Parts: sequence; structure tokens; C-alpha cells
Amino acid sequence: AASLSGMPAFASKTDDAIAAFTGGASVAEGGIELTAPEIAENGNTVPVSVTAPGAVSIMLLATGNPTPAVATFNFGPMAGARSGATRIRLAKTQDVVAVAKMEDGSFRQAGATVKVTIGGCGG
Amino acid sequence: MAKGVKPRVKVPKSAAAGDVITIKTLISHKMESGVRKDGDGNIIPRSIINRFVADFNGQNIIDVTLEPAISTNPYFQFDAMVSEAGEFKFTWYDDDGSVYETSKKIKIA
Repeated sequence: AASLSGMPAFASKTDDAIAAFTGGASVAEGGIELTAPEIAENGNTVPVSVTAPGAVSIMLLATGNPTPAVATFNFGPMAGARSGATRIRLAKTQDVVAVAKMEDGSFRQAGATVKVTIGGCGG
Repeated sequence: MAKGVKPRVKVPKSAAAGDVITIKTLISHKMESGVRKDGDGNIIPRSIINRFVADFNGQNIIDVTLEPAISTNPYFQFDAMVSEAGEFKFTWYDDDGSVYETSKKIKIA
């Protein structure tokens, strides 16, 4: 019955995106901090920031969007911190997920639930 | 080419050598996601900035891949290391092939 809700399709798209990023490696919790508002009145512009000390790149995903990919930050030698902030679109209330690839080749993940009042995909 | 695209960046004018500074960038761009429909129900084609790069004296600070889920007028905030006086260069790449550039100099105080 759960498959009728449409959520598993989005969830598996997110899983696919994570698997493509990690190459199937296991992902640990901790060592990464994702900051997003608990409630976003306007899903068109939701501020999010992510920090993961020792990360070489960080991928942001919106699990409830038609397409989960949001952005990928790749850090260069002049990066002052392994962190970035931007503004994103969220179609509805959902979990935002950040996955970091660390310098030692391991992966870290963090998530945050954002309640969206007005969806941001213009559907 | 998307109309009215204007990059804006905020970088301190000076810093001490070895400092970490915060940079804020914003570029005016409609970031058409490709999932919206017009009044007749036709899908409006995707037109976004798909990549943003910030460099300092030719060395990379951050290289971001943008998807349609990035909001209109893409905004980024990040930290950079200032090892010496020099120039920050910011580049945005549009789906339509346009490239928008701006740069800022920084002094060592």
C-alpha cells in the first residue's frame, strides 16, 4: 500500500543519487552539520547551510522534490572552511539531506526536516 | 542569453595574511526550473546557471554544481583563505552557454 503514496519513488531517487555520489560505499552519521529552517513559509527560497570539516565535496538533496538533486559543493585548496550556504526550492514538506565525501574517502550524512507552507516548484 | 543577469559579490577590501574571510555572492537570474508550466499548460524550458566557480590568484576556492532546485537569483556564502594580496575571480556558467564573470581585489592590511 505504501507504494501508492508516491513517496517510495522519490525515496529511491534519493537513494540512487546518494549511491551515484558514494559509489555504493557506506555512509556514517556525524561529522557534518546541516542547518535549515524548521518551517519555511515560502518553498521558493529556503536558506540552507552545511559544514563538514575535512570534506572534499558535499552534495545537497531535497528528498521530496520531483528531482532530488540540489547542488554539489567541491572545495579547492583556497577554501577557508568546508562549508557553504545557499537558498533552495522545496516542493513540499520534506527532508533535506547532505552527504559529504571526506578526505579519507569515507562518507558522512546529515538530514533536516523542513515544513513547507507554500511549495516552490510552481506546479 | 538570459536578460538582466548581474553578478554581485561581497568581499572584504583587506585582510591579514593567513586570514579566513567570508564571501557572499548573488547573481540575478530567473533559474527557470524546467518543471513549471505556462498559462496554456506547456512546460517552460529549463534555463539555469549550472555551475559557479570561485578562485583566488588562480587557485580554486569552491566549485559548485547547481541543479534546478537552486532558487531564483542564486546566492552562495562560503569561506576563503587569504594567503597574500591578490584577486578573487568569480565565474557563473549558464545553460545557454553564457559565462558571467566578475572579480575583486584584496589587500593585505
